[in-house]
Amino acid sequence: MDIIVCVKHVPETAEADVAIAEDGKSIKTTELVYDINEWDDYAAEEAVLLRDKLGGSVTAITVGSEEADSTLRKCLARGADRAIRLTDEAFEGSDSYVTAKILSKVIKNLPFDLILTGAQASDDGCAQVGVVLAELLGIPHATMVKKLEPKDGIVKVNQELEGGLEEIMELKLPAMLAIQTGINEPRYISIMGIRKAMKKELKVLGLKDIGLTEEEVGESGSWIIVEKMFVPSVEKEAEILTGGVDEIATKITETLKTRGLI
Amino acid sequence: MKELLVLAEHRQGDLRDITFEMLTKGRELSQALNADLTVLLLGHNVKGIAKKLTDRAKRVLVVDDERLRNFNAEGYQRVLSHLLSERKPLLTLVGHTAFGVDLAPSLAAELDIPLATDCINLGFEGEKLVVFRQVYEGKVNVRASLRKSESYIVTLRPATFEIEEVKPLGGEIVEIPSPPSLSDDMSYKRFIEYYQPPAGDVDITAADIIVAVGRGIRDVENVPVVEKLAKAFGGVLACSRPIVDKGWLPSDRQVGASGKTVKPKLYLAVGISGQFQHISGMRSSDLIIAINKDSKAPIFRTADYGVVEDLFKVVPALTDRILEEKG
Ligand SMILES: Cc1cc2nc3c(=O)[nH]c(=O)nc-3n(C[C@H](O)[C@H](O)[C@H](O)COP(=O)(O)OP(=O)(O)OC[C@H]3O[C@@H](n4cnc5c(N)ncnc54)[C@H](O)[C@@H]3O)c2cc1C
Ligand SMILES: Nc1ncnc2c1ncn2[C@@H]1O[C@H](COP(=O)(O)O)[C@@H](O)[C@H]1O
Repeated sequence: MDIIVCVKHVPETAEADVAIAEDGKSIKTTELVYDINEWDDYAAEEAVLLRDKLGGSVTAITVGSEEADSTLRKCLARGADRAIRLTDEAFEGSDSYVTAKILSKVIKNLPFDLILTGAQASDDGCAQVGVVLAELLGIPHATMVKKLEPKDGIVKVNQELEGGLEEIMELKLPAMLAIQTGINEPRYISIMGIRKAMKKELKVLGLKDIGLTEEEVGESGSWIIVEKMFVPSVEKEAEILTGGVDEIATKITETLKTRGLI
Repeated sequence: MKELLVLAEHRQGDLRDITFEMLTKGRELSQALNADLTVLLLGHNVKGIAKKLTDRAKRVLVVDDERLRNFNAEGYQRVLSHLLSERKPLLTLVGHTAFGVDLAPSLAAELDIPLATDCINLGFEGEKLVVFRQVYEGKVNVRASLRKSESYIVTLRPATFEIEEVKPLGGEIVEIPSPPSLSDDMSYKRFIEYYQPPAGDVDITAADIIVAVGRGIRDVENVPVVEKLAKAFGGVLACSRPIVDKGWLPSDRQVGASGKTVKPKLYLAVGISGQFQHISGMRSSDLIIAINKDSKAPIFRTADYGVVEDLFKVVPALTDRILEEKG
């Protein structure tokens, strides 16, 4: 089974200070730590697990700058056989649609039975690239996949719906599956492991190699263009309880007492 | 006249809240644009549902077909691409739900209609469609515009638009036949069945007091720190999704879009950032208190009270204080 896994190199922002950059359209990235997108970590692990079980190969692909190599190296260390980075100045300003277009041009020339992506990227949260990619390649897709079993040219998947409900679907291979967290337990990747994988192939391709024009990528090829980024205004700000820890504990206790909760 | 379409979402015989949320926003938009608001309903034996929708739109288009009984992005896409090509609505609204996320991007790509997903607001400025979205885990908002087009598709974030009360409009139901493209050989993707994981031993939806733990707890070994607080309250311990993904708590403890929806008297969120998928499951709680060391955490936009502190300091102190109080 030949598997392609699409991975994105994203900043970790959940616990970081995020500030808007001078251009007003992006964030300041210098202080931020980047890593593989959480959902893609599960997708990459799933790809390697499947390959180990069924044979075949795993190719990790990213559209990103040179820094994204660390995310690809992580995939190689996990067990991917090769990696491809798609980089070009013209890609600047591309939205999820263009990212899918770029990926489709490369993937259509590769042998594959399955494409795995993450359910969403934690930075833009579009939840789009995989499904658009599937449409551009003319293959079926399923999103929020929590379980998958390929067999005889078909893959059976559990798609997660709201409230814990799942639906079981069957798709003909080749297919694209967008992976949800919790499908497996991504293994820990050590620095040593990454060093060992340095010998594996990491190919870099640009606009000219993939057969798209400048107009088809970047902002000009995009559906959606960022005009402005800002820190959201707080509609309903919480009353922040201040003071020492014991003082705070007392304040909470008093509040709960007046409401009859204690 | 311009047309604004809302794609009704329903499952197992019931309309989902997102449908009414979209209709609320859709009505506002259609008035501003002087456009017709039309609901599109795909399914099988959906008369009852169609009737309910006539309260909120002048026109309910129904495609009733055995092959649309259960949602399958493939069959739905075939019908929708036909209808959208024919009607050329200025805007089609779809929910940013499991259903919409599976459907809208491929539909948009097939027709090359510009799409913006997970929008928290939108509006036309002249000809230009402007949308608002959240990025970087809810910490930053984006204002973006879509490439000029005669048609657009936007998916709306659930639990974001308050459903308005309306006087029933008494709209008409228009049945339209399935397009020939919905042929019998939809063999690419097949619905097999629904699966509801078995219920566990604790029903968090019945609890008056919920203390929920998130990724800020760092390690499974620390979970008892928060569990003790839950016990001190006489409440139950719940959690955000990563805690279940890691196997630290069973899935019936998960609050949020893909977990349980809860409405306790007190919801205390500990080390939870407050992504919308979590918020949608607890935002209706009577009182929400959040403990998070990051003052910019989105959870503080939903909480009534906030504590910006290290949970490992506050939680034990609070636990002691509560136990003292209870004697
Ligand atoms: C389709 C879909 C469905 C989903 N469904 C759900 C769902 O049902 N429920 C759900 O919860 N999520 C769901 N998610 C995941 C969601 O997007 C987030 O990834 C998740 O809610 C984040 O969980 P968290 O807040 O615990 O972790 P994080 O976002 O990592 O936040 C951890 C927080 O802990 C704080 N913290 C760290 N250390 C400390 C400390 N010492 N003291 C105090 N605070 C600290 C940090 O400041 C941070 O804010 C879903 C995602 C998708 C795509
Ligand atoms: N720049 C990228 N390079 C490779 N894959 C990507 C890229 N952006 C998004 N993806 C894939 O598409 C998924 C969904 O991303 P998004 O549509 O941006 O939320 C991610 O989890 C990745 O698997």
